Amino acid sequence: MFNNLQDKLESAFKNLKGQARITELNVASTIKEIRRALVDADVNYKIAKEFTDKIREKATGEKVLNAISPGQLMVKIVKDELTELMGGEEAVFNAKGNPAVILIAGLQGSGKTTFSGKLANYLKSKKGLSPLLVAADIYRPAAMEQLRVLGEQIGVEVYIEPENKDAVSIAKNAIAESKSRNKNVIIIDTAGRLAVDEQMMTEVADIKNAVNPQEILFVVDSMTGQDAVNTAKAFNERLDFSGVVLTKLDGDTRGGAALSIKYTVNKPIKFVSNGEKMDALDVFYPERMAQRILGMGDITTLVERA
Amino acid sequence: QKTKEGFLSKISKAIAGKSTVDEEVLDNLEEALVSADVGVDTTVRIIDRIEQRVAKDKYVGTGELNRILQEEIENVLVDAPSVGSYTFDSPMPAKPYIILVVGVNGVGKTTTIGKLAYNFKKAGKSVLLGAADTFRAAAVDQLTIWSDRVGVPIVKQEMGSDPAAVAFDTAQSAVSRQSDVVIIDTAGRLHNKAHLMDELNKIKRVIQKFIPSAPQEVLLVLDGSTGQNALEQAKHFTAATDVTALAITKLDGTAKGGVVLAIADQFKIPVKFIGVGEKMEDLLVFDKHEFVDSLFSLQ
Ligand SMILES: Nc1nc2c(ncn2[C@@H]2O[C@H](COP(=O)(O)OP(=O)(O)OP(=O)(O)O)[C@@H](O)[C@H]2O)c(=O)[nH]1
Ligand SMILES: Nc1nc2c(ncn2[C@@H]2O[C@H](COP(=O)(O)OP(=O)(O)OP(=O)(O)O)[C@@H](O)[C@H]2O)c(=O)[nH]1
Ligand SMILES: [Mg+2]
Ligand SMILES: [Mg+2]
Repeated sequence: MFNNLQDKLESAFKNLKGQARITELNVASTIKEIRRALVDADVNYKIAKEFTDKIREKATGEKVLNAISPGQLMVKIVKDELTELMGGEEAVFNAKGNPAVILIAGLQGSGKTTFSGKLANYLKSKKGLSPLLVAADIYRPAAMEQLRVLGEQIGVEVYIEPENKDAVSIAKNAIAESKSRNKNVIIIDTAGRLAVDEQMMTEVADIKNAVNPQEILFVVDSMTGQDAVNTAKAFNERLDFSGVVLTKLDGDTRGGAALSIKYTVNKPIKFVSNGEKMDALDVFYPERMAQRILGMGDITTLVERA
Repeated sequence: QKTKEGFLSKISKAIAGKSTVDEEVLDNLEEALVSADVGVDTTVRIIDRIEQRVAKDKYVGTGELNRILQEEIENVLVDAPSVGSYTFDSPMPAKPYIILVVGVNGVGKTTTIGKLAYNFKKAGKSVLLGAADTFRAAAVDQLTIWSDRVGVPIVKQEMGSDPAAVAFDTAQSAVSRQSDVVIIDTAGRLHNKAHLMDELNKIKRVIQKFIPSAPQEVLLVLDGSTGQNALEQAKHFTAATDVTALAITKLDGTAKGGVVLAIADQFKIPVKFIGVGEKMEDLLVFDKHEFVDSLFSLQ
């Protein structure tokens, strides 16, 4: 795929051998190819447009060094710009508090419950904390049992009230319970919900208000398409979440949704999930993600070699 | 259902008083299709076809154009072959009729099975479920709750047992119980994991040892909010298991599921069902016309 975009850009520039600068004129078809590559990677259509317009501005007038071709230079500009956009300031994850409260939210099937288990495992084994998992999904068949099984796998206690039909009160009770059980971080797994489901969005906002979390993580499937923007915006409006978790990155998706989300709500991506096992959790590397979205191998080595 | 104060009417306004389809119309069309996850390739193909047809037919009037747009887009979607087809109400083409449900993680396989079971049972058929996801935490419990909810029997073993063995048991039990329809759940798996894809193939072979023509249906479940990766899913699941039909879930949200146009365009697999919620009633039989309409609905 890298060769693909690179080749396309090379051919877009093929008539421009010997030109020393990227100009308005010669950049036009390149911009189109880049936009297309982004949209193919599921970057939102409008965002791809805005982003490439910015690239055009940035690239125009840029001097082409002898060492690399205009196509390579363009790819490098795009990648650098994308990396910066995906990263921004360093993402800190705040698990301090007594207890620290972490709320997990997102669409159905995005990977919330699995991630809750992974996060508990990480905080326990890597940060020496004493987590309590809270089963606040009262809807999905066997959701509580699922969390219970994961807790057992990683040796973390799970707070469950099988008969309680009120997620807000489960969350509140869990905080009280964490104190008597000597837990210093609680992770609340909530039911999957659609952003357009008013009742369910109210529920999660109510949980937030009741437990005042240090961190609210929006869990999103990295295979999501154009709709990622709407969902991220809606969840952010209701929850003002503190970070994003990208899941299922062990697949072969290009993951353009990550760009759309960062661009739209400007919240840091704090973790990536890349497998079903409890240790398949990673921190986020903006540059890797930029390369992945562009379908590139390691551009820097290529540019250096040229 | 979704409102469709639609894009088509927006386009109609854009072309009012013009006698040809101009750039602006095509740009709008492109934006609508790409924003619905149809993908660039298929969008370009659809637009080409519309341009050709309009040039040939010398279209007149906006009503005409709307019809052309709708038709050309609908034409991309393939119909299920009439041989071996079924509805909930009609007799099944085989007995037992075995449906193997596959797909990547979290798309809605197990829920769709619950909904299918409900619909078949409501139509008077005897249904048997097979819990061949022995991997994901509480997967068997989840399907068991669905079987209780709908009131149909389930074949299961403990977690961690061989999924192919569960599938075999299920097929065997279906024959002795004389079930009409058998629906087998499998664990979610990403299509780029070769060993997990092989496992599906093994499940299929084991069923065939017992009933050579089974599974009659391999239903690939796709999450309607998935983008272009759904194409890869279709490609790899088809290679591993000869997918015969698609179900698209979560279309009660704001995602449009347009990637099925690209899948139909490239792989010619028909869409049969649509998931529009988490309850057992929330399943629709796919309708081309309504689907294409909803692609253009504005939020
Ligand atoms: N391959 C892979 N699978 C994942 C990953 N994260 C979660 N899964 C799988 O995705 C499916 C859904 O995960 P869950 O954790 O149940 O998702 P959820 O968001 O809690 O789902 P609901 O509670 O129903 O909304 C399961 O099969 C998980 O094993 C990941 O990073 N990679
Ligand atoms: N809104 C909505 N949610 C759905 C729909 N179909 C399934 N879901 C939800 O999506 C989540 C995942 O559904 P499952 O049926 O567990 O998905 P799965 O493919 O079996 O997941 P794994 O077995 O973990 O791979 C659950 O929370 C379901 O309630 C749908 O059509 N609409
Ligand atoms: Mg869950
Ligand atoms: Mg399942």
